[in-house]
Amino acid sequence: MSEEGEALVKIRDLHFSRGSNAIFRGLSVDIPRGKVTTILGPSGTGKTTLLKMIGGQLKAASGSIVVDGLNVGELSRNKLYDLRKRMGMLFQSGALLTDLSVFENVAYPLREHTDLPESLISHLVLMRLHAVGLRGAKDFSPAELSGGMARRAALARALVFDPMMIMYDEPFTGQDPISMGVLLELIQTVNTALGLTSLMVSHDLEEAMSISDYLVVISEGIVVEAGSPEQLKSSTSEWIQQFLQGKPDGPVPFQAPAPDYEAQLLGKL
Amino acid sequence: MNSRTSEILVGLFMLLFLLAMFVLAMKVSNLTSLNSSEGYTLTAKFENIGGLKERARVSASGVRVGEVTRIIYDPENFEAMVTLRLDKAFDAFPLDTTASIYTSGLLGEQYIGLDPGAEEDFLQNDDEITLTQSAIVLERLIGQVLFSRSGGS
Amino acid sequence: MSNFLQKFGAYWLGKLERLGRATLFLFHLVAALASLVKRPSLLVKQLHASGVMTLSIVLVSGLFVGMVLSLQFYNTLIDFGQEERVGTLVALTLVRELGPVVTGLLFAGRAGSAMTAEIGLMKATEQLSGLEMMAVDPFKRVFAPRFLAGFIALPMLAAMFSAVGVMGGHLVGVEVLGVDANAYWSQMHSSVSFTHDVCNGLVKGLVFGFVVSWISIFEGADCIPTSEGVSSATTRTVVYSSLAILGLDFLLTAVMF
Repeated sequence: MSEEGEALVKIRDLHFSRGSNAIFRGLSVDIPRGKVTTILGPSGTGKTTLLKMIGGQLKAASGSIVVDGLNVGELSRNKLYDLRKRMGMLFQSGALLTDLSVFENVAYPLREHTDLPESLISHLVLMRLHAVGLRGAKDFSPAELSGGMARRAALARALVFDPMMIMYDEPFTGQDPISMGVLLELIQTVNTALGLTSLMVSHDLEEAMSISDYLVVISEGIVVEAGSPEQLKSSTSEWIQQFLQGKPDGPVPFQAPAPDYEAQLLGKL
Repeated sequence: MNSRTSEILVGLFMLLFLLAMFVLAMKVSNLTSLNSSEGYTLTAKFENIGGLKERARVSASGVRVGEVTRIIYDPENFEAMVTLRLDKAFDAFPLDTTASIYTSGLLGEQYIGLDPGAEEDFLQNDDEITLTQSAIVLERLIGQVLFSRSGGS
Repeated sequence: MSNFLQKFGAYWLGKLERLGRATLFLFHLVAALASLVKRPSLLVKQLHASGVMTLSIVLVSGLFVGMVLSLQFYNTLIDFGQEERVGTLVALTLVRELGPVVTGLLFAGRAGSAMTAEIGLMKATEQLSGLEMMAVDPFKRVFAPRFLAGFIALPMLAAMFSAVGVMGGHLVGVEVLGVDANAYWSQMHSSVSFTHDVCNGLVKGLVFGFVVSWISIFEGADCIPTSEGVSSATTRTVVYSSLAILGLDFLLTAVMF
């Protein structure tokens, strides 16, 4: 865990389950301010769920999530919306509104929450689009964009309100090497140039390792290991080593939990 | 679809709706006769109105001149009290006009026919038509015929 | 046996839970309507999507339904020599029943299913979550405009259906079968009441619009966010809407006429 005073997001003893399936069982983690933090973990460990809980879209069964001093679970609707205006979130699919052009998508939060004059909106939007390299695509509809471009457009939209923090949901999945490189570059420059906090969930190890300042590995609903990329690499945990090296079998078994194979084949069950 | 086109189309949609409402109000139903400022009302008492209904036609010489607006039973005189409203264009019915209940065709609906009398003065708003002829009720008619037959023989 | 009972109970409990969720959803929806005052353009857009896009199918159906009614009534009434009553019967049938009901069914199939599919896909592609994370309430920006548009559009379409149907009845009854045009219109005019028949028909349209929009939007927002989930939600919209329209029509008719 990092130094208490600097953490932007503090998660304490978080419990959450979906149906009978417990997703978090006492998760505690701090996300430091002004850094790129990545939450790593095998598929199905509830990484996206965690982002949704930080954004207040899902409520925890118990435990607390405090963002910039505000307990997300206890905020009134208006306060929560105020907090969300200070957070940006980049969804896996980009989540652009399909009935609006790229320009209108990026302008959307401004039009919703402010009464800025059209010329100023246009300025702000073009600035963000230029930063992600999509100024030339401003009149495209989201359907005409490639996956990588859609994510960049969504990033421009997430940035248009100058958030204090931005959350990325699996930003690298399904990207070709070039758009992967572009995204990596963007995430890093955005973080340093705008001085915001980046929180990413991913299972793309290499990319995550290369840009993150701080890594948190979660599995089975709790934090397994946390630290800088170097600390993680030198971890002695067998589990971490299996995860980092991508071995098919180890502490994380290849087989899903099942009754004894022999017994089942022999029909003894 | 840009927003201007869709606004124009929605405008057109509204216009079509108004047109449809106009047709429904003016041609299909009888909203026209609802405005009570036009025309004047008369009352008439009938011993029996048969199947006369509110909104039935009131005609003179077969021409529509108004409609029945209200039918109540007058418990003091044991009669039906019918209120008619006539168009203001037809404001010159003599005082001794007769109101009769007729049936259009053998099975058709019943209406009130006005047969003007010879008086010099005309019926005014809220006047009563004193000369009335009740509806012919088929069963009673048959009964009378049978009675007169058996009585005569 | 107890296993069967358990499943039976669980099934109906599940249905009941959905009904509860749908009711809460409706409260939310109605509460969000006020926000439309500030954004009438959203409503116009949805009126286009649900009203204008359904107009052609409604007008064509109305014309044919009116023509068929005229033909059928004529064939029956001619035996009694009452064929000039065709107009009255066509108009009453359309204005009281078929206008709102058939329009409601067409609306559920055309606009309702489209609403469900659109909202379902917005959910599946995380657009709804995206809006929420932008601190935009999907109830105000996505659901309420669609709801109000459906609520308004259906009675309007029903009125147009009836008006066109009466014209279709005229076409067949008067132009083809030779009923006297004057009798057709004047009989209709004296037997159809504006307040009693036309307005009650409009009220039916409003009720159906309310229910169909509610079902369509709820099914979309409540669907499982996969292509399979969206498709079954769309089917449910059409089935539930149709059943609701026919059931409510009986109730409303019993109360009104």
